[in-house]
Amino acid sequence: MTVKRDSATTGAGAVPTGPAIVVDGLTKRFGERTAFTDVSFEVAYGEVFGFLGPNGAGKTTTVRTLGTLLAPTSGTATVAGLPLTGANGVEIRRRIAVMPEAPGLYLRLSVAENLDFFAGLYELDDRRARIERALRAVNLLDRADDPCRSLSKGLRQRVGLARALLSDPEILFLDEPTSGLDPLAARDVHELIDGMRRRGVTIFLTTHRLAEAEALCDRVGIMNTTLRTIGRPDELREQLFAKTLQVTTREPVADPGAVFAGLPGVEGWHPASSGDGYVLAVTDPDLAAPAVARALVAADADLLALSPSRHSLEDVYLQLIEEDVEARTR
Amino acid sequence: MNAKNGLSWIRVRALVRKEINDYRRNRFIAVTMAILPVVFMVSPMITLFKLPADAPASKLDASVGLSALYLMLVPAFVPAVVASYSVVGEREQGTLEPVLTTPIRAGEFLIGKALAALLPAVVISYTMYGVFLGVVGGFAHENVVHDIFEAPRILAQLLFTPLIAGWSIWAGIAISTRTGDVRVAQQLSTLASLPPLAITTLVGFDVIKPTVTVAVGLGLGLLVIDILAWRVVSALFRRERLLTGAKAA
Repeated sequence: MTVKRDSATTGAGAVPTGPAIVVDGLTKRFGERTAFTDVSFEVAYGEVFGFLGPNGAGKTTTVRTLGTLLAPTSGTATVAGLPLTGANGVEIRRRIAVMPEAPGLYLRLSVAENLDFFAGLYELDDRRARIERALRAVNLLDRADDPCRSLSKGLRQRVGLARALLSDPEILFLDEPTSGLDPLAARDVHELIDGMRRRGVTIFLTTHRLAEAEALCDRVGIMNTTLRTIGRPDELREQLFAKTLQVTTREPVADPGAVFAGLPGVEGWHPASSGDGYVLAVTDPDLAAPAVARALVAADADLLALSPSRHSLEDVYLQLIEEDVEARTR
Repeated sequence: MNAKNGLSWIRVRALVRKEINDYRRNRFIAVTMAILPVVFMVSPMITLFKLPADAPASKLDASVGLSALYLMLVPAFVPAVVASYSVVGEREQGTLEPVLTTPIRAGEFLIGKALAALLPAVVISYTMYGVFLGVVGGFAHENVVHDIFEAPRILAQLLFTPLIAGWSIWAGIAISTRTGDVRVAQQLSTLASLPPLAITTLVGFDVIKPTVTVAVGLGLGLLVIDILAWRVVSALFRRERLLTGAKAA
């Protein structure tokens, strides 16, 4: 693997090329219970990859497995260029950083003492400078000497992020980083993650906050014990939902069938459930929309709005998870 | 020193420093470290000072034996309390997972935890013993002083202190890795720290005559037990089990 790293916090080093994570048929069972099964995906260096799923879907167990804390039951994986084996555990952990859901700080120690301990575990040189840079990256330099127990939950989460940045990891695993935070603190964490993304840090983000994933992630995987789907949020929307145009008119059109028939790109129509317009099934919204507008004007209809339907990542997620629920109750 | 496949003393040192910093600010552990040793030192002193000058030899031996036993409770109990907190304490405050996701090896983790319990225990035990010898040597009856200052007895005390602490530490860490509650771990560890005291009791009460050879021999025996205990604890240490309570499938 070519190593050309660019530091998250220090600006030193080089960005590795090729996949940061390769997972192939990975399965983890605890006795009879399956945490996740036959999971395969790849994450590229510099990518922010969102791992979504309901509670108990196997997200945290996947992170722990890729972080070498748990041994996979079957399947293979490569993390930061190294095969996921017991023998590579130390070297993999040296190249990655994991921030668990709870930041896990020593509350009796100060922020700087916490970071200094972890800098020692990573055998880092110039610890003081690294700690300062990491704290500056999360805007906590002025709280370095404060005991962690005096910090709010949001600030503790930021200390956890600073700790994860200390070793300048190739891959940063963030497990529900905004869980339990108020909207303001969550926004701060989002800004920090966004800043890391701009600096090219590879981030593996597990969350069940869909807006968070949509805003931050280049690609997402939706997990529910198995990996249900994977792709860019817009790709997933297209895969799951037919393309439609929403048409709103002041009054119902006299003969909508005649107006919409034969228009380029329009495959069908039905009245909108709201009762103030129509939903048109289209092959290409950009091709269909001008023709629909012209046809409505020609038919003397008062056109109030014409827009392609927008499905959120939440719609995709709910569709897939509901399919799973239905399949299990069948 | 840093070894590619062996132990990293940088990581061990970081862990020891953090542990001692944390213990100093943990009220329960700080109080245990401060009060227990004083109690175990003062109590035998009172017994010895209450002895009349013409106390029969049997009573003198019994009192000296009791004082030796009391002083051995310091290296038995103090590290047991500290070591029992070492893993379950991390788990309770949610710090175990962040530590285990660093490059630290199991051996480094265990040795760091053990040293962080051993160092204060040995320092406190030797300090208490030094104070005990100083006060008894300065103010007790001559026959008491004569018995207390027997070379094999002093040698046994000096040798047994770190070795008994070693047993308590490995027992405490083993229990700490398997329990989910700090108090339960501390109670079980205190109980588990008692068996090696049988040896010191036999020496203290002259059932085994304290000679230099006996002290060294018993010391070697305790050392072997400590090494075996370390090997067992290392074999039991599994990241997966510590985090999930389950064995690897």
